Amino acid sequence: MSTFQIDFSASQRKRIVGIDLGTTNSLVAFMDVTGPVVIPGDDGTLLVPSIVSMTDDGTFTTGEPARQLLINRPDRTVYSVKRLMGRGVADIGEELRLFPFRIAEGSESVIRLQLGDRTFTPPEISAQVLRELKRRAEAYLGEEVTQAVITVPAYFNDAQRQATKDAGRIAGLEVLRLVNEPTAASLAYGLDKRQDGVVAVYDLGGGTFDISILRLRDGIFEVLATNGDTHLGGDDIDNRLLAIALEDIAAEWGQDLSGRGDAVQTIRRAVILAKEQLSFAPATHIEFTFEGRTYQREITRELFENLIRDIVDRTLGPCRQALRDAALEPEQIDEVVMVGGSTRIPLVRSAVEILFRAKPHTDLNPDEVVALGAAVQAAILSGDVQDKLLLDVTPLSLGIETMGGVVSKLIHRNSTIPASATEVFTTSVDGQQNVLIHVLQGERELVKDCRSLARFDLKGIDPMPAGMARVEVRFMIDANGILSVTARELRSGKEQSVEVKPSYGLTDQQVEAMIVEAYEKADEDFAARQVREAQVEADSILAAVDKARASDAWSSLSGEERQSVDTALNEMRLVYHNGDHHQIRAAIEKLDNATRKLAENMMNSAVREALKGTRI
Amino acid sequence: MEHEHNCWQCGSADAGSLFCRYCNSLQAPTPDYYHFFGLPRTLSLDATLLQDRFYSMSRLLHPDRYTRRSDQEKRYSLEASSILNDAYRILRDPIRRAEYVLKEAGYEIGEQRSKDVPPELLEEVFELNMALDELRLGDTDVLPQLDEMRHKFLAMLSEIDGQLEQLFRRHDTVPTDEDRSRVLEQIRSLLHRRRYIQNLVAEVDRQLTSRNA
Repeated sequence: MSTFQIDFSASQRKRIVGIDLGTTNSLVAFMDVTGPVVIPGDDGTLLVPSIVSMTDDGTFTTGEPARQLLINRPDRTVYSVKRLMGRGVADIGEELRLFPFRIAEGSESVIRLQLGDRTFTPPEISAQVLRELKRRAEAYLGEEVTQAVITVPAYFNDAQRQATKDAGRIAGLEVLRLVNEPTAASLAYGLDKRQDGVVAVYDLGGGTFDISILRLRDGIFEVLATNGDTHLGGDDIDNRLLAIALEDIAAEWGQDLSGRGDAVQTIRRAVILAKEQLSFAPATHIEFTFEGRTYQREITRELFENLIRDIVDRTLGPCRQALRDAALEPEQIDEVVMVGGSTRIPLVRSAVEILFRAKPHTDLNPDEVVALGAAVQAAILSGDVQDKLLLDVTPLSLGIETMGGVVSKLIHRNSTIPASATEVFTTSVDGQQNVLIHVLQGERELVKDCRSLARFDLKGIDPMPAGMARVEVRFMIDANGILSVTARELRSGKEQSVEVKPSYGLTDQQVEAMIVEAYEKADEDFAARQVREAQVEADSILAAVDKARASDAWSSLSGEERQSVDTALNEMRLVYHNGDHHQIRAAIEKLDNATRKLAENMMNSAVREALKGTRI
Repeated sequence: MEHEHNCWQCGSADAGSLFCRYCNSLQAPTPDYYHFFGLPRTLSLDATLLQDRFYSMSRLLHPDRYTRRSDQEKRYSLEASSILNDAYRILRDPIRRAEYVLKEAGYEIGEQRSKDVPPELLEEVFELNMALDELRLGDTDVLPQLDEMRHKFLAMLSEIDGQLEQLFRRHDTVPTDEDRSRVLEQIRSLLHRRRYIQNLVAEVDRQLTSRNA
């Protein structure tokens, strides 16, 4: 039998976008004919603040408008949610005190945030940011966007990666690949133009730190080692400054503001501004006004550097470990690339320069470089870019629990992915039909010191004497750094069913339910927006007509003509608040017709201009 | 070694490994590391050649290249890339490469237990344990002695590596399977000795760093 393979791909091919889902800001980019480009929003901005707020009517606001609500409605507004992805409430502990939002009951394996009378998991909040990016991309490209590459910190564990993928699904995006942020950045830099070389990527973002060391050769980007800290970033610097400012205010004003959400957000904004200014100026002021009182305090760069030095130093340990794992000396690093907004801080740059004995690259905007790299990876997946290939590694060792609470490692950290390992298990009791396998991630020896990934239950083993069954289990880490497990009974060769119980994160059914809910919500959101848009348009016409009635043009109309304008105006007022955009549109149309003569009369006047202007 | 099978896509017999020689679709990969790389089963390997093959095969097999292909090919690509990566990790390291060949040839190479001290090392091990005990009791006078022993062990390791290199070449050139088996036996006992000494060095390092911390 012969089959003809017809290639429809050229016409059916969907565009894949690249997304940097950041702790502080998020961006979407795509591969244009000239190279990767970040997609701007309607207002021309490239960054979408990763902030989500739920308004009183239950709809979400995302990005810049939500940032404003951070101060007005701190209890309903979520920021830095990336720090909560794939974690349980026990993981967060200390850090939780710094977040103003409330944690709901039942947050052991997945955190649930209480916003108004509803609760949301971190993937659902992230999905709101992704939806905004999707909307931007669709508006800009003029086509539906359903496939994406999303970047994650290289040091993200399995649960955090899975949570990111879940967020994509909830937002209606098929996540074709999760790419590590530092590796994405190296793709954007076009470093492969050099024949051969070793590059270190230092990525200090809002909430995470990564270091990756790569060997480049003929378009192959091979990661040799990666290390990092998923809870180290600009947020820590902000929190340090915030804590000091709060103390200072308490001393000066005799008032402790740390429990006041609105005050804390106001002060946070002020210290972030001061931090940013200190990257350029030798000194600046932390200043803000709260409830009529003004606070002002000078801060020099020297003082700032002394305050944050230990935070910056915490990045150096992972850098040294990565060098050791790659079996390289600092002198063997040809180039260092800086990524993430926090690398604008002069102290960070000098610390990196001292460690690697090389002046770091800062030519690309550190806020955009990861998104640009994600777009390059998207083009690799679509086949538009063929000469480049990324070979990444798993950042953490994978192991299983054995006797005495000890972890036996199966796949070591810094193994190139996809990577796999096979292990044979048997039964310990006559007739035993299940075997439970506990999988962990981490570098420590004991189960209690590693992170539990999941428990896999091998089911339906044929009953036989203890030790007779031989079940071969294959652990596979795919190119996204996500684990899957398959099992086979060796005697029968029969595939064994494996039930997965993730230790942290959502089950497949939970994600499915969220997708359904998100779609329903999306419809509601869409309807509300259409009503709002119609109302805005009606507002401009009403204002223009009001203005025209005071002019000479109005008096030159016949009584009948004036009567029909008034009727149309009344109809508009009747439907304006009924929440049906069709009716509002119909009333606009009617008012438009009724005022045509009025408009003609004013052909040469400024009022005519005003009326016309409103229709654009 | 060449395994014959029918192509899952076009059904041709004698499809060849990796890609079907008729319809070019990706086949279920072979799990044998040497076969996978298309290399003869030698213990000496040219590191540059291995890296070149690793890169060029990655270009052909990586899942990034199969995003828009059938599920079957996606699965094979994941499978093949994981074997490629695992094989490269093992074959590029001479010790792990030798362990792999031994294991595939049916030799047991389990972890050496501490009680199985190689007889020629008995004296050194006894001395070392004494010194480590004294260190644990807070006697820092033994530090120079420990450092000296550490260097001695490292020298033993590099001597073993030299011997292994020679045995690898012998293994690759001897004419009969019988000869080859004899060489593999020798390699196995050297590897045991090597691992034992390596554990001793690791133990010294651990004691020294825990003292510093």
